[in-house]
Amino acid sequence: MIWIISITMTVKIGLPFRGTVLTKNGETIMNLKNLMIAASATALMAGAASAETLRWARAGDALTLDPHSQNEGPSHTIRHQMYEPLIIRDVTGAFEPALATEWGPKADDPNVWVFKLREGVKFHDGADFNAEDVVFSFERAKQPNSDMKELIGSITEVRAVDDYTVEIVTDGPNPILPSNLTNLFILDKGWAEANDTVNVQDFEGGEITYATTNANGTGPYVLQSREPDVKTVMVRNDNYWGIDQFPMEVTEIVYTPIQNAATRVAAMLSGEVNFLQDMPVQDIDRVNGADGLMVKQAPQNRVIFFGMNQGSDDIEADNVDGKNPLADVRVRQAMSMAINRDAIKQVVMRGQSQPAGMIAPPFVNGWTEAMDGESATNLEKAKELMAEAGYPDGFSLRLDCPNDRYINDEAICQAAVGMLGQIGVTVNLDAKPKAQHFPLITDGKTDFYMLGWGVPTYDSEYIFNFLVHGREDDIGTWNGTGYQDDALDSKIKSLASNTDLDARNADIADIWRVVQDEALYIPIHHQVLNWGMADGVGIEVDAEDQPKVKYFTIK
Amino acid sequence: MFAYIVRRMLQSVIVLLVVGLVAFSMFRFVGDPIDNMLGQERTQADIDRLRTELGLDQPIPVQYYKFLKEAVQGNFGVSYRQGRPVSTIIAERAPATLELAFVSGFLAITMGIALGVFTAIRRQGVAANIIMTVSLIGVSLPTFLIGILLIYIFSVELDLLPSFGRGETVMIGNWSTGFLTTSGLKALILPAITLGLYQMTLIMRLVRSEMLEVLRADYVRFARARGLSDRVINFRHALKNTMVPVITITGLQLGSIIAFAIITETVFQWPGVGLLFINAIQFVDIPVMAAYLMLISVMFVTINLIVDLLYYAIDPRLRVDARAT
Repeated sequence: MIWIISITMTVKIGLPFRGTVLTKNGETIMNLKNLMIAASATALMAGAASAETLRWARAGDALTLDPHSQNEGPSHTIRHQMYEPLIIRDVTGAFEPALATEWGPKADDPNVWVFKLREGVKFHDGADFNAEDVVFSFERAKQPNSDMKELIGSITEVRAVDDYTVEIVTDGPNPILPSNLTNLFILDKGWAEANDTVNVQDFEGGEITYATTNANGTGPYVLQSREPDVKTVMVRNDNYWGIDQFPMEVTEIVYTPIQNAATRVAAMLSGEVNFLQDMPVQDIDRVNGADGLMVKQAPQNRVIFFGMNQGSDDIEADNVDGKNPLADVRVRQAMSMAINRDAIKQVVMRGQSQPAGMIAPPFVNGWTEAMDGESATNLEKAKELMAEAGYPDGFSLRLDCPNDRYINDEAICQAAVGMLGQIGVTVNLDAKPKAQHFPLITDGKTDFYMLGWGVPTYDSEYIFNFLVHGREDDIGTWNGTGYQDDALDSKIKSLASNTDLDARNADIADIWRVVQDEALYIPIHHQVLNWGMADGVGIEVDAEDQPKVKYFTIK
Repeated sequence: MFAYIVRRMLQSVIVLLVVGLVAFSMFRFVGDPIDNMLGQERTQADIDRLRTELGLDQPIPVQYYKFLKEAVQGNFGVSYRQGRPVSTIIAERAPATLELAFVSGFLAITMGIALGVFTAIRRQGVAANIIMTVSLIGVSLPTFLIGILLIYIFSVELDLLPSFGRGETVMIGNWSTGFLTTSGLKALILPAITLGLYQMTLIMRLVRSEMLEVLRADYVRFARARGLSDRVINFRHALKNTMVPVITITGLQLGSIIAFAIITETVFQWPGVGLLFINAIQFVDIPVMAAYLMLISVMFVTINLIVDLLYYAIDPRLRVDARAT
């Protein structure tokens, strides 16, 4: 009997609890709550006049503090407060000088980029920052254990010209090198040597070095204490070079990961947290409606779409023998036309999405408003196309979908099942956790799948390399469509070293035209990012979901 | 007695081995850890290298054998997600879970027995009926719902208690305790109630029904006939005899309190081993899952053994049987 109880309890863990209890209460309770929050907010303000603490929560924690181990969002977010790269992106996504003040390709050699470094910068322990540290950090980031090595794979040498000038040599002209450097943090050579952290930690091997748990950067905040997955505390670096240039109003950061969505929102409603990332979409109205709280939003650097296996002669997951219906461009166009993106936005996403017509987020070089609008729903036309292609009665197909990766991912797939049903495509939905879903795509075991894509370099080349180029060992790794075109592939490869930016942009536009005309993917929407904040906390949402606390104002 | 213990120990080892094997053959259905460990920029070469490095290219029995070989030496491998030794992580997390389990277990047993006896003795009383009705909530509501309700009432509405975390903790040697600070104690209240409520109502209902049965027994009637006081009858004779099934259930429930703190810990972001396990499942962190499942089964097996031995202490008939054979 006990075991039966135990089993039912473990099953409960899997229930997708979405905090609906919190939203089903009547008006009177709401008013009482507002009063309580107003009261507690006043109490807090009175007590916290001198120290401005940012109590910050999101779903996950940094995996390690080592600047070159684990190329992953939440890890970079924490590092960005303490370490700095040469260049960062500001809230709008534009480059902003950090440890470098100026940069550009060398006049007489397109294979070399020259960076002028900021003078008078000190690390947290008081050591001076100079070119030696930059050379050291780049070499460290190229080590086999580094997780950043792919991003700077084109760099062959980094040399110090003088104390405040470095030259970066690449294996060919690399017009978009700066985009790859915005998460490449600089650490002090002397500190690393003194603390035996010259080498990047062997993460998979379980190595823990001094740099895993300690940080010594040039950044605006200094690490005070850290318990992984529990709490990280940072205090303001009053010797920061930009202390007069940026607001820097937060004096202390207390970062707590809270995994359960309902608890996370409750912590914000009760005033224990004044800045929240990973806001659940169903609670946005509730937080916005609460006194003293607001939610700000911006389009996120992530587009959601469906991929179709059009390369195989026959596919497994359909009911058509000896033929692959997805190989016919008319079928793919018809399926795209059957998706009602506005309905998904209204019903599934509660308004929190931006319908997409191409698989590039809006701020990426190569995105055009015209192409992003090529996604009109047209059931009549779709049915005609299906009939022309020889499938007037449709066919059946399996859709693989993750259920814990993107915002409302499974619900989007369910909506798509209904919409595709209207043109006769019977879809069987198979939704699984991300750890089971993504291997299907990379191993080529799915014929119809959902995928989301973010573009850290803000350039279309990144999308083409992974999603459009034919699949090979080190390129096209996420292209599960089976699409391959040699001419297009060589055009994609040539982008990497084309320094004539106008010609390069023309090539990018040509490649996009092919992707659009071939209906390689079915774009669904751009995700919208929501940050919750208490009144008094001022920051604009950044598309990369990388809050940098030095830009925050706080009252 | 000795032979009995040895036999039970051998059985326990077999149970552990089987649990481990089942766990290892299940892991492949949880997903592929490689995918979470490498970023989206990884190449096929990276995947192959990591897979060989972690030994994931080998068949399940080989992986299991390697795990066992290391585990008997106290080495549970390295967490895929945190990149630190699993034994260190579990040692760091265990105090949180054990303190929570201790407090809620204590609440469950004392309140459960007290209320059980009360409702049995005063079974017609208004108070007893109210308690019985309310206890239905404890049995029927799922843990996460109780947790969320408590957070909603006491954190969001009344602003009395924290909604997440452990508050300030103090390190005593390697043990981080929340018992010594006000915020630590405040943080304990809601999770302890959430975790212990189910067990408390279970124990209470069990004590009550056993007690009612015993109170109808002949020897209790004789005791009354002899003119013994109600207090002596209820607590010396009746209560002691209701304890045998109660101890079995309580023992196993203590195990479940630790093992199934998972839900409570997730709701309250309580930094214990249960939360660690949930994170491990989502990330397919095989070393952590394996170590956790093995630890939990060791714990259940040990508790079962202790419960069996306690029978001996409480029930004299078992001792007589053992001597006779």
